Amino acid sequence: MLSAILSFLPRAVAQGIPLLYGSTGEIITQKSGNMNLGIPGVMYVGGICGVIGAFVYEQSLPSREALVPALAVLIPTLFCLLGSLLMGLLFCFLTVTLRANQNVTGLAMTTFGVGFGNFFGGSLVKLSGADMPFLALSATSNCFKKTLPFADKLGWFGDIVLNYSFLVYLAIAIALFASFTINRTRTGLHLRAVGENPATADSAGINVNRYKYLSTCLGCMVAGLGGLYYVMDYASGIWANDAFGDRGWLAIALVIFTVWRPNVGVLASFLFGGLYILHMYIPSGMNLAVKELYKMLPYVVTIIVLIISSLRNQRDKQPPQSLGLPYFREDR
Amino acid sequence: MFKKKEPLFHIVKRGEMPWYFSWGVRAAGIVLALLCCALISTLVTSENPIGIFATIIDGSFGSGRKFMTLLQNTSMLLCIALALTPAFKMRFWNIGGEGQALAGALASAACMILMKNQPNAVVISCMIVTSLAAGALWGAVPAFFKAKFGTNETLFTLMMNYVAIQLVAYFSVVWENPRGSGNIGVINPNSHIGWFPEILGSKYALNIIIVALVTVGMYIYLNYTKHGYEISVVGESERTARYIGIKVDRVIIRTMVLSGAICGLAGLLLVGGTNHTLNAAIVDGRGFTAVMVSWLGKFNPIWMILTSFLLVFLGRGAGEIATDFGLNASYGDILTGIILFFIIGCEFFINYKLSLTKVSRKEEK
Repeated sequence: MLSAILSFLPRAVAQGIPLLYGSTGEIITQKSGNMNLGIPGVMYVGGICGVIGAFVYEQSLPSREALVPALAVLIPTLFCLLGSLLMGLLFCFLTVTLRANQNVTGLAMTTFGVGFGNFFGGSLVKLSGADMPFLALSATSNCFKKTLPFADKLGWFGDIVLNYSFLVYLAIAIALFASFTINRTRTGLHLRAVGENPATADSAGINVNRYKYLSTCLGCMVAGLGGLYYVMDYASGIWANDAFGDRGWLAIALVIFTVWRPNVGVLASFLFGGLYILHMYIPSGMNLAVKELYKMLPYVVTIIVLIISSLRNQRDKQPPQSLGLPYFREDR
Repeated sequence: MFKKKEPLFHIVKRGEMPWYFSWGVRAAGIVLALLCCALISTLVTSENPIGIFATIIDGSFGSGRKFMTLLQNTSMLLCIALALTPAFKMRFWNIGGEGQALAGALASAACMILMKNQPNAVVISCMIVTSLAAGALWGAVPAFFKAKFGTNETLFTLMMNYVAIQLVAYFSVVWENPRGSGNIGVINPNSHIGWFPEILGSKYALNIIIVALVTVGMYIYLNYTKHGYEISVVGESERTARYIGIKVDRVIIRTMVLSGAICGLAGLLLVGGTNHTLNAAIVDGRGFTAVMVSWLGKFNPIWMILTSFLLVFLGRGAGEIATDFGLNASYGDILTGIILFFIIGCEFFINYKLSLTKVSRKEEK
């Protein structure tokens, strides 16, 4: 039993981290009143851009020994941030500057992003000349997967708490920092004001468009890191088309589940990660069908939270009031 | 003295524009998008742009079979888009078309599998009733909570999609055939129980005719009935609706029942009419694409014929490019995305205009 828990927890965390990145990014975005349903696409783009960066770097090396770990981490990360930033800028340009409908733009971005990821993923597989339908970047992945050298010598404590790569701790740090910034600083106050009521924020002298742009682009970059973590760490540098699955939507579910609080998201993402893989640990015998029902759990839980939070109607547990609405000063 | 920088131009909202102006702008957007796609395709395949366009057209009109597939895909996409439209007109963001259609598909597949020894007419009428009811139920649940407690419908309907997908995945294993495959396979391949009859020599013709009828019906429903009027009032202003005595929560639930039922119809047509099987990918993302079809068609069923045709046509064309030039099948998604971005962007120039800030006016102040 104990060993089952010991193997379950780290895997739940590993499953949860992409969701944590995605939901933190989406919370930062939604706090400014932008509902970015393109997050699944952005995470795909983040992942594939990291893969492209790593591929270019690995191909440019004369031999495997010449790999510099710092560069092997830096280059994919920069590519990933750049790719997701461009997606964020695209979303902002269409919804903030051109005031397009956010749901439609977001869904189009998801179509585009998933297609972009699978297209370049598939093309790189072809370029690398592999026989298998996937691309393995194990050298780069090993650099991403570096853990603390003494972590596995500390027994169960080390296994559960310390034995992760830096992207895991970065995700937690970003979530906590975002939570602090949103709730405790003046910038966060302004951001929330923009999301709740942009007209009021505007008349108070806050630059609404600047806040929307910055928070959405930042949110996309954070979400993109989730894709990078998935490919480089969780999947050990193996890109296979559509492997990322519907985690992007699950990240959006997590936003609601945590009622727009990134610090709650840290634990909630581990819970979601656990729910996501729970079906592997439930002794169901030969009945494979039940496992499909267990995969439904995260969504059902999210729906229940959504209903409860609207039933209780507490003011601090509501979506930002102008979520999804474009702002045009002269519309007032 | 501090002088505030004047922006070079400012944005003014346009008044009502004649229809040819707005559709002219959209056509220009589509042309730009196509040029952009051709440019990218030329870079990727090093084929001349005219060859690219020829390939796109060949993808849809190359043979009779391709053309029928084009019409079938258009009608399925249009059917779901039509279903979503009344909800959107009410400003109820139903992005659960995927789940509602899957619920309908699941119900009709269940009838086909469980009643395979009954006469065909009984099975088909059961399929119609249950799939419409299942779709309606899938739509009514979020509507109920939206109407009574103001629960965010976008997120609720989105989550309902995945509940439906997992439910279908569950039944795919329960009813798997042959055992161990995890797939249902073609249902009743020999007895054809529950299969819709082929008319006009094509299994697609019935679906296309039904969707055409739904299109006309929806146009009339939205524009010439009391219900349609109530929907547009609720969409424009809920407070006005309440003031003039419209029961808003009832309208919301009623409209979503209708919306879900038509999505269920799409699922029924997919299972009974064409695919004769069930899997989690049977709706194939149309629930999401339909959101864009409906919005791009300005919630007008007649224009939506055009937008759904355009999207399917381009998607199939891009698929044809991908197979002809040995590219990945996802290439189509990229082109679709680019075209959507252009069309989404050009809406701005229909609703607003940029006017240069005049220097003289600044001096007057």
